Formats: sequence, structure tokens, C-alpha cells
Amino acid sequence: MKALLGLAALGCAPFLLPSYQLGIASEILIFAVLAMSVDLLAGYAGRTPLCHGAIFGTSTYVVILTAAAGTPVWAACLLGVAAAGGLSVLFGIIAVRTSGVYFLLLTLALGLIVWGICLRWTGMTGGENGIRGDLRTGWLADPRRLYWLILGVGTVLTFLMWRLVRSPFGLTLRGIKDSPSRMAALGHDVPLHLLAAFVASGLFAGAAGALYALFNDFVSPTTVALPQSVEALLMAILGGVGTILGGLVGAFVLIALEQFVSAYTERWMSVLGVTAIAIMIFAPQGLLGLLRRKRP
Amino acid sequence: MNRRMLLATIAAPALVRAQGTGPIKIGLMAPLTGVVASGGREIVEGFQMYFETIGNRVAGRAIEVTVEDDASNPDTALQKARRLVEQGQVHFLFGNLLANTGLAVANYVRGTGTPYFIPVIAADDLTQRARIPNVIRVAGYSASQFSRPLADWAYKQGYRRAALISQDYTFGHEQCGGFAQKFREMGGQVVQQYWHPLNTSDFSPYMGQLASAGADVVFAMETGSDATRLIQAYSQFGLKGRIPLLGSMNASDQSVIRTMGAEAEGIVSAAHFAEGSPNPATQAFVADYERRFQKLPSLYGFSHFSGAMWVVEALKTIGAAAEDRDRLLAAVRATTLTNSPLGAPVSLDRFGNPIYDAFIRRVGRRPDGKLWNAPIATYEKVDQFWGFDPETYMRQPPYSRAFQGPR
Repeated sequence: MKALLGLAALGCAPFLLPSYQLGIASEILIFAVLAMSVDLLAGYAGRTPLCHGAIFGTSTYVVILTAAAGTPVWAACLLGVAAAGGLSVLFGIIAVRTSGVYFLLLTLALGLIVWGICLRWTGMTGGENGIRGDLRTGWLADPRRLYWLILGVGTVLTFLMWRLVRSPFGLTLRGIKDSPSRMAALGHDVPLHLLAAFVASGLFAGAAGALYALFNDFVSPTTVALPQSVEALLMAILGGVGTILGGLVGAFVLIALEQFVSAYTERWMSVLGVTAIAIMIFAPQGLLGLLRRKRP
Repeated sequence: MNRRMLLATIAAPALVRAQGTGPIKIGLMAPLTGVVASGGREIVEGFQMYFETIGNRVAGRAIEVTVEDDASNPDTALQKARRLVEQGQVHFLFGNLLANTGLAVANYVRGTGTPYFIPVIAADDLTQRARIPNVIRVAGYSASQFSRPLADWAYKQGYRRAALISQDYTFGHEQCGGFAQKFREMGGQVVQQYWHPLNTSDFSPYMGQLASAGADVVFAMETGSDATRLIQAYSQFGLKGRIPLLGSMNASDQSVIRTMGAEAEGIVSAAHFAEGSPNPATQAFVADYERRFQKLPSLYGFSHFSGAMWVVEALKTIGAAAEDRDRLLAAVRATTLTNSPLGAPVSLDRFGNPIYDAFIRRVGRRPDGKLWNAPIATYEKVDQFWGFDPETYMRQPPYSRAFQGPR
């Protein structure tokens, strides 16, 4: 019920917000999906990834490139998600046998490879200059329609993730998070479950990346760079790891704060840093975690 | 004084209606954080300095500049452009430093139609193959524009075997492409081409290779701290004095050489601006800039000072009607800038890129010992296609690592 009310409120936003703020709202929703996809791995499978920015951005690149080559936009988006899925299979096979800090470092390195390719393969990716898309035309030119599209897709994706973590598969993942050896002893194929979780998470990140292509209509190596992965992880952590919806809270707090603070001071990055540290100290479970603890 | 002018404006309602109401709103984007933050600050300095000199008014209308930090990041730049246009309702946009930030914003304004002026963004294609009618490079230059006259000059000095070293990104590919294509066409030879990553901390491997490449001249395309490190390494490894060093204009820009010493002396580069030019207009600008900021002006400061001047001169001819985008753009295109710090008239070609008299400049010392770029030769009327027919030229692919002119 509460979720429906919230959704209705979000759906009304285009009637209340001017176009710029609506753009920010769209961006928050896109990054919320990315943060949730990170949470899927970090919060439920106990594997903290630093490559989701790269998976997200790969999808953005593929959407813009294939659309420029004449593919219809919807098909380009599907191709983008498929590319993200393919990349996740590859990354997953390499990474799922590790855990903890090794998983973190391995995924970081894999993400950097993607970034390096986007930077150096000038003929395809335009190198540092990036590629300009031509997607915001026709039906998508109206920021309201785009917002509703993002909201609709985002809602479906959020529901899917929410269902996924409550399914038997999700419970198995939680078991793996708590004790991989016990789950293995109980007869569960731990690496296969982790790989499936990795790919699912990558597909969601890819969907967010495809939406970002529609929204931004431009992609450059900064979209696949490490700061993107770190930001997504930070959003998940700020909102609360292991909550799914924490991603939405984290994305809202980080992007809204960035917008608000950067209007007043050149030192907005420092303010963001201090805020993040403060949240870590006073709400180590994240903002949603704090809410839950306060409730009797 | 200001209040009286305000009253005068209020007292002339007919005039106000004709010109639109309220101040002219300008959005300036510059990297105030991130890898090129120092250049970004000089953009803001030069831009605001110009508006101070005209009392922040043009043709009776006040000017309101909003500065936004693009964080040296194209996604942030896009977001800030949206904020300025959609929330700030600015009449036109200015600025950005890195090519990728400029290209991102250019793609956005292609949809909104907001005039966007780019005195520093040098990406060739913005005024060539992928030009956008409302994006104009006032007081800027396209990346390969001045490396051609530099190649011409080098060839005429008797150099025949050039080695090129450059940062590995589009701005470097384009500058080197201009040099290599011209130099080869004249009969010279490019014996080696080194691409190194941005922020290379150690240049020693390249110095060894440059020393043994058999070149009689070296062209270095560097910006920021890479330029400082390369110039230092060139001197430390004993190449300075053995093989003459040519630089892109940004390699020996004030933003690089003002903290350097003898190792930077003697570098030859080509540019439209030389702070050491004896032209009285240039020297007046340099003195004024130095008085305000205690340093000699860099290209970034100069470009935004002149870019602001260019648009203001255009606004004067249309009664400051900044709302009327088409008239504004047409006026900017038609304006010949005569009173800029260059001391020579400048106008745009039909693609929106300026045509300049190019200086070949050598880093030397001012009488008080400060390093600066002083002109040693001049090439008149250098445009972005210099020596090539525009249509033929644009049929060849853009310069890249793989394409440095036809072989």
C-alpha cells in the first residue's frame, strides 16, 4: 500500500517539477536501479563489486553505438542489456571463486579493463571525446515522457529485484553470504549460485545503463570509469546494504545533496565526503537501516 | 553611477521593451575541480575580468554571469548545462575546457538551440564535420589549426626528420595530425610518433627513444603537468640543446612555464596569442591582467576575455537583444573583433572558427626575468583548413592514432 502511494507520488512529479528538476529525478531513478543491482550482490550474496559502473556503461555504449548504426531504439536498449549480461557472465566466471577483498580487487581490475578499452579504442568509442547519441528525438524528446518511461521500467526492475531476494534463490544467496562452506555441505552449488546472482545483478545494471543512454544521450569513458562504480556502491551503502530500496534512498541523498551543495560552494566534493563519513559513523547500517532500528 | 543608469533604464520603458527585460543571463562552465582545475580558474578570471572592464553592462542592460563547476567530467558538465539552461534560464552558455565536456554540452544544446560559445574547446569536428549551428568557437582555435604553420616553419628552417610525442587523446591526435600531414606534404619525414597516456609520471623511457630516433627536430603536444614533466625530462636527459624542441601552444603556455626555469627557454610553438608580442593592445592586456592576478595571462584567460568581448560586441549591434537567438548568432558570426588583446582584426570563417594571424613564438625572458612567449615570425590569415580546400579536407577522416594524414 505504502509502495503504491509512493509510486503515485513519483508518477505525479512531472506535473509539479520544472524540467530541470525532473531531469534530476530521472537521474536519481536510474542510479537507484544501479545502486540496487549493486546491493543485490553486496547485500545478499556478500560479494562487494567494484565493476558495476563498467557494466552499466558498457550497456550505455552499446545502446548509443547500435542506435547510431540504425537499430531501432528499443532494440538497441535490449542489445545494451544483453551486452551487459554477456560481460557479467565473463566477469562472473572469473570473479565468483573469490570473496572479500580479493573479489573487490578483482572486480575493480575487470572494470578498469573496460575503461581502458573505451579510452583507447578510439575508432569505435571516440576515445576521450566519447560519442554523442541521437536518441532524444521524437517521442523521447519530451522530458515528461522520458521520466515516466524511466519510472515505469525502474518500478518493474525494483519489483523484480525485491521478488528475487525473497525467492528460494535469494534465501540461498543469503545462506552463502553467511557461510559458503555450510551451503556447499548442504548440497548447494555455491559458485553457480554466485554466478547467477552476478549475472542477474549485471543485467539490472545494464538496464540502468540503457536508461542512462536515453537520458544522457552521450557517453564517454567517465561513464565506465571507477568513480562510477564507487558512487553506485556508496549509494547502496548510504541507503543501507541488504535492503534493495536503500539504493533509491542512497541515490536520492547523494544526487540531491550534490545538486544542492554545488549550487552554493565550489568545495561541494568535500561536503559530500564529510556527509558520507558522518552517515557511516552515525548510521553504519545505512539510512534505511537506521529507520528500521529506530522502529520498535 | 550604477544607480543612475538603472534609473535611466527604468525611465525609458519603450527602450526596455525593445530589448527584453531584466539582465542578460550568461552561464559559464569551467572545471574548478578535477584534473584541469588550474586552467578552469583562469577561464573564470579572464571572463569576469572582461565584464568588470565594461562595468557588467552592455547597451544599457545589466549582465549576470552564473559560474558552474563542470568537475572536468562530461557527465557533470551536461548536468550543469541543463541546470543553467532549464533552471537558470540563461540566454547563452560559455566555456568548458576539456574536449569531452564541450562535446557533451554541444550535443545537449543541439536539442535546445541555446547558443553555446567555446573559446577553449578545440575539437576539430565541432567546426568541421559535425558542426552545430548554435555552437561557435569565438576567440578559440581548432586543434590542428596552428600545428600546420608550425610544421611549415620547421621545414623552412631546414628540419627534415621530425619525431612527435603526444598525449594519447583526441586533442593530441588532432594537433599531431595537423603537423604530420603538413610536414610530410612539404617533403619532410615523421621518423617516430610516440603516444603516451595522460598523466605520465616518468618520461625517461621516451627520452631514450627520442634521443636515438634520428630526428633533427621534436614536436611535443602536451598539456598541464605532463608538459612540465616532459620539458624537465627533455632538459635532464641532455636532449635540450641537441635536438630543438617544438611544442603545441599549450605545452609552452603560461599555465605551464610560469613555474619553470631555464629548461623551458627556447621552446618554439605556434599560436594566435603571444603574451610577449610587442603589440600595444597585447601589452596593455598583459599589464592589466598581471595587475589583477599577479601573473601573466595564459591562453585560457586570454581566450575567455576575448570570447566575452566578441559576444558583447555582437550584442551591441543588436541592441542587446540576447533573447533573440537567431539574431544573436548571426551577429556573432558577422562580427569582426577589432579591439581584442591581439591588436589585429579577427573574424570567423563560414564554419564558425576564427581566422587569425598566427605567431611562431619562442619562450624567452622578459626584461624582468619572467618567462614568456615572444613572436619570432608571423603567418597571416591562418584558418582551420590552412592550405587545404575545406570540402576536400573534410572528406578525409578526422585525425586519430591511426590516421595522421594520407600516406
